[in-house]
Amino acid sequence: MISVKNLNKSFNGKSVLNDISVTFETGKTNLIIGRSGSGKTVLLKSIVGLHEVDSGEIWFEDTLFNKLDFKDRKDIRSEMGMLFQGSALFDSLTAEQNVRFPLDMFTDKSPEEKNERVNFCLNRVNIINANKLFPAELSGGMKKRVAIARAISLNPKYLFCDEPNSGLDPITAILIDELIKELTEEYSMTTIVNTHDMNSVMEIGEKIIFISDGIKCWEGNKNEILHSDCGTLNDFVFANSLAKKLRTTNK
Amino acid sequence: MQIGLYFLLLKKVFSKPEKPSIYYRQTIKEFVYLGLNSIGILSIISFFMGAVITLQTAYNMENPIYPTYLIGLGCRDSIILEFSSTVAALILAGKVGSNIASEIGTMRVTEQIDALEIMGVNSASYLILPKIIATLIFNPILTLICIIVGIFGGWIAGTLSGVITSENFIYGIQYAFIPYYITYSLIKTVFFAFIITSVSAFQGYYVDGGSLEVGQASTKAVVYSSVVILLFNVILTQLLLS
Ligand SMILES: Nc1ncnc2c1ncn2[C@@H]1O[C@H](COP(=O)(O)OP(=O)(O)OP(=O)(O)O)[C@@H](O)[C@H]1O
Ligand SMILES: [Mg+2]
Repeated sequence: MISVKNLNKSFNGKSVLNDISVTFETGKTNLIIGRSGSGKTVLLKSIVGLHEVDSGEIWFEDTLFNKLDFKDRKDIRSEMGMLFQGSALFDSLTAEQNVRFPLDMFTDKSPEEKNERVNFCLNRVNIINANKLFPAELSGGMKKRVAIARAISLNPKYLFCDEPNSGLDPITAILIDELIKELTEEYSMTTIVNTHDMNSVMEIGEKIIFISDGIKCWEGNKNEILHSDCGTLNDFVFANSLAKKLRTTNK
Repeated sequence: MQIGLYFLLLKKVFSKPEKPSIYYRQTIKEFVYLGLNSIGILSIISFFMGAVITLQTAYNMENPIYPTYLIGLGCRDSIILEFSSTVAALILAGKVGSNIASEIGTMRVTEQIDALEIMGVNSASYLILPKIIATLIFNPILTLICIIVGIFGGWIAGTLSGVITSENFIYGIQYAFIPYYITYSLIKTVFFAFIITSVSAFQGYYVDGGSLEVGQASTKAVVYSSVVILLFNVILTQLLLS
């Protein structure tokens, strides 16, 4: 479980997150949704400590994470996996070496055990025959999947995904959503996913928060989201024409 | 403000590595990448600098009362004292410095540094320490190569153009030889290596933005490390030769 309490964050005096409080639950896929520029990435990066917050508390179970120094954070970080918006694979390493990197750095496994784990993770995300390719030689969707494999290689307790399926075709996008959901349940991780894709929301949204201009406007699940009375959320949910039609026929 | 940040970064770089074996592997990679790959360009430049210095010395001392072996001596001392350390360092600032800044800067803007941090890796140390160690060890070797190739270039140019005989040149490069000059040159090189690597890495590590900023950081890396090298050249010369 991860709890955020009264979190504020600004850049050069410009407020980006405004008094956000929310609890993300274990074993569930928690979604942060909102329009481009609403502050999703900043919120996620603040939670994991890549941005220092101005005020507020971030709890990982019973540990007040944002007050720890670099050394003490390491223990919790070793249980985190993160998928970045741009994949962030290491350019100089092959797909396989990218997945192996955390194992080399933080475990004392034998080379055979590491190989086995690497292959397992790559299989899990359906990367086949691309183990020896460099990130520059992979397609966008493959990069995302290798990045997921790297994020789960150490069996993390916490998984963070920043727009895991942006820029992918609808079928691959759903595959990646399902993969994240399955992994979350299989290993009962606390997963937080940023997205602005309504398909993902309806597919995997067990717990959803909606932020607009850095303010949390709404919280609920995928069944409730279609019937909220929050105006900005409705604009967001019913932005595409298909959803609009559905809504008018339902009325 | 920048200088404070620079020293904070150095502190992070020199904290205890999490896994020495991985650092060792990275350092070997950097030997090849930053060291071996610089031998070619430095050898070519050294050769021609040695040649030009010899010819210029020869044509500037037409007066027959000076013995010609002084040409060899002039070539030797110019190469050892200034060229092999300072000029070579300026060339390396251009080649290695811009390379380091753009590599680390790209990792910053593509979130690869964030990815390291999130795993709990000390990104500053992991990315920068192997480069510093590799250049501190390898650059003195480059300096020695520059000295040898530079003097060889002088010998070739001097004998082929006929301004000096082979015997006189060889006598000249041994005449009144002060071994300490080589030590002086090597000490300067070690300082310059540290300046190039740390200043360039600093520029790359704190890039904020996109590819445009990475380009600017790599230019700044070359400019700042060159200026600092020239400044330290004066200071070190005063300390070591006075
Ligand atoms: N490092 C930074 N420095 C200054 N401002 C920033 C920084 N990072 C983000 N911002 C600002 O914070 C706001 C929120 O950005 P954020 O990246 O969180 O948006 P987002 O919701 O993730 O959008 P998208 O869906 O496009 O990824 C934006 O207005 C952005 O300009
Ligand atoms: Mg974002």
